[in-house]
Order: sequence, then C-alpha cells, then structure tokens
Amino acid sequence: MTTADVVHPAVTAAAAHPGHAGGTARRVEHVMGMPISLALRGRHAQGPRADAAWAAALAELRRADAIFSTYRADSWVSRLARADARLGDAPPVVTEVLAIAEEARRQSDGAFDVRRPGPWRRTVLDPSGVVKGWAVDRAARAFDDLEGTDVCLSAGGDMVCRTRAVGSRGWRIGVEAPHHPGRLVAVVPVRDGAVATSGLAHRRGHLVDPRTGLVPTALASVTVVGPDLVWADIDATAAFVLGADALRWLRTRCCRTGLVVDRDGRSHLF
Amino acid sequence: MRRITLWALSTVTVLLLLLSYHTSTSSRTSLGAESSEVAQGAPDDVGGSSSGGSSSGGSSSGGSSSTATGDVTQTRWGPVQVEITVADGEVTAVDVLQQPDGNGRDQQINAYAIPVLKQETLSAQSADVDMVSGATVTSDGYVQSLQSALDKAGL
Repeated sequence: MTTADVVHPAVTAAAAHPGHAGGTARRVEHVMGMPISLALRGRHAQGPRADAAWAAALAELRRADAIFSTYRADSWVSRLARADARLGDAPPVVTEVLAIAEEARRQSDGAFDVRRPGPWRRTVLDPSGVVKGWAVDRAARAFDDLEGTDVCLSAGGDMVCRTRAVGSRGWRIGVEAPHHPGRLVAVVPVRDGAVATSGLAHRRGHLVDPRTGLVPTALASVTVVGPDLVWADIDATAAFVLGADALRWLRTRCCRTGLVVDRDGRSHLF
Repeated sequence: MRRITLWALSTVTVLLLLLSYHTSTSSRTSLGAESSEVAQGAPDDVGGSSSGGSSSGGSSSGGSSSTATGDVTQTRWGPVQVEITVADGEVTAVDVLQQPDGNGRDQQINAYAIPVLKQETLSAQSADVDMVSGATVTSDGYVQSLQSALDKAGL
C-alpha cells in the first residue's frame, strides 16, 4: 500500500455507514470443524464473481483439511504420524508447513511446537497451529481478483482482511473479552493484515505447552495483528504459552501489534 | 531536508488518522439494544487538528469527568502514551501524549493500527465492529458466538 490509500478523515466521515443495512454481504460455511465467515463490501460484494471466489476459498480450505487433518485417518499428516507414509511421498505443501512449524519452534524457543507430548509418552504430531493460518492466507487469495471489493475472511475467530473499495473505512475487528464472552475488550482497525487470538475461552483445553504438556494459565488471551495470518496465529499461540514472558517476547517480533489480557483481566498493548 | 520533514509529518499524520479511525464512526447511534453503552463521541479528539470539531467535550449531563494517563507502551513503531478522559463511566477522549516519530514502518501503520482498548467491555453493536476475533470458535460453539450474531445480521 502507498500513503495515497490512506483514507482522508473527511472521506471517512462522509462515507455512508456500510454497517448491517448497507453493503456488507456475509456468508458462513463450516470447514475443518470451524465456522468460516466471510464479509465482502464494495463492487463485487454480491453476484457470480463473489460466489465463484467464495467457492474457490472453501475448496482451498477443504484441500488443506484433507491433507493436514489430525481427525481424518486418511490425511497425509495422520499417515505420517503412523509412519504409514514417508515425507518424500507427501505433497510439497506438507514440507512447506513443517518448515514453517520448525521455524516457529526455533523463534519461540520451543513455546510453539507441532510436536507435543501425548499419551503413553508418545509424541503427537499436530500441525493445526500452522495449518489454519496458512490455509486461510491461501484461501483469501481467491478474492484478489475482486477489484474494488473489501474482504474479511475469518476461520473460527482468526481472520485475514483486505481493503480495496474506494473510500473504504477499512475493517473494524472487535477483540472478544476472554472473561466476558460476547463482549469486546478492544477494537482494532485493519485495512490489510491479519488478526489472530489465542486463549482458552471456546477451546476445550486444546491448547497445551508443548514443552510440558500442561495447559498454560498465566494469560486469558493473546491477540496478534500482523501482515499475515500464519505468523499472527503462531505468535498468538506461542505468546499464550509463554505466559508471564509473553509481552517481552512479542515486543521482539517485527511488524506486529496487539494485546494481551492476563488472568486477572488486565489488558496490555504491544 | 524538507523532504525528510514532510515524510516524518506524513508518518505522524497516518498514525493519527489510524488512531482516530473510529472517531468518525463511534458517534453513530447504535441499532442494538444496548444503546446506553455507546460511548458518545468516544475517543475523539486524537490529533484534534485533523478530525475537526467533533469533540463534544465530555459535557454529558451531571457527570464528573476524570483523566488517567497510561504507561508508556512500546509498540513496533516506538513509544506510545495516551491520556484517557472518562465521564460517567464512558471514555470521552483519548489524547496522545507521546507517539513514534516514524521509523520506516509507515506501511504497517497504514495497514493496521494499534488496538483501541475500551474502558468497559462493549457489545459488538455499540462498538460497531465488522468481525470478532476470539479464542478459537468451533462449529459446536458457533451458534452462541458473537460472530454468529454478526453473520446473521448481514444475511
């Protein structure tokens, strides 16, 4: 983006409120056990081109699910975990995702790891912490051709936003209050970028410290805003696991902002 | 020399614009049931020079107002410090006391802004948001989620 894309305050003030009544077209489907929510605004918010892009985005997510799902016995990841297949035989995207995972483990000193302690002292391979962001980043590209159209694609509360409509106010993303589900603790204005939140609120104890196998308890939630979802999501997960050390670590990370809500409900910006 | 000054100024302007992002949207009347929660003319006044005279000055009836100065927060782009004015339990103004002087991150600043914290938690309607980010919502939990309410509103 160039500075020319910055919305002048007068334009923002004059722009019609797209809100619920005018202009934001919404769609929902469930893929990978998650609700996929799409909001479109602007020239191609509705119509055949929007339909085609939505179908392509969903197809991309389903492809990722077929390869990476730990719930499907026939996925490549399940077969690799059972030593039923060799990495060399898997599609190249498996290597791509595992390489990102390894980079994330290194950069977080092991707070993020797709391998974690499982039952009977076995190591479980679960790349879903990388796959979700990676797949949504890819799926969002399906809307790149919709000129003059703002896009926000969310998978279970983690999203990619693009702003292309002339005079658009951009997207306003509410950050859910971890102690008061259904209420918001902050609002993030995003034109082009991704927002990811990690926490335990809706998660059924799914998030564990890969180093210990324990559920982290120091924080209530971590929200990371960054250029792409795969790293925003990785950083939110790693920071949640880091707990008391989260803010210090997040501030070493390039090009991100966001907030950490601690166990006592205090919010900290970074 | 002049170019550098202009560049620095434009970087600051961009930041101010983003900080004041919801200025122009927050004073709208809420459609939701909890309209009493709408922060009337909420965090306005950021870089007041650019957003005109939209601050109503927190002169809501019979209210005492107070200001609180936040800690200096290190962001990607440098230190930020804000002062918040609260009247009748609502944030009526946010003043930026300290802000980054621009270090080449204007593209990121342009693309997304530092989150705006709310003094009290807000409903999605009164905050006028498009989407909700929260700990992973599964398909099972979706029906009760805030995002589900937003999605329905748009269908």
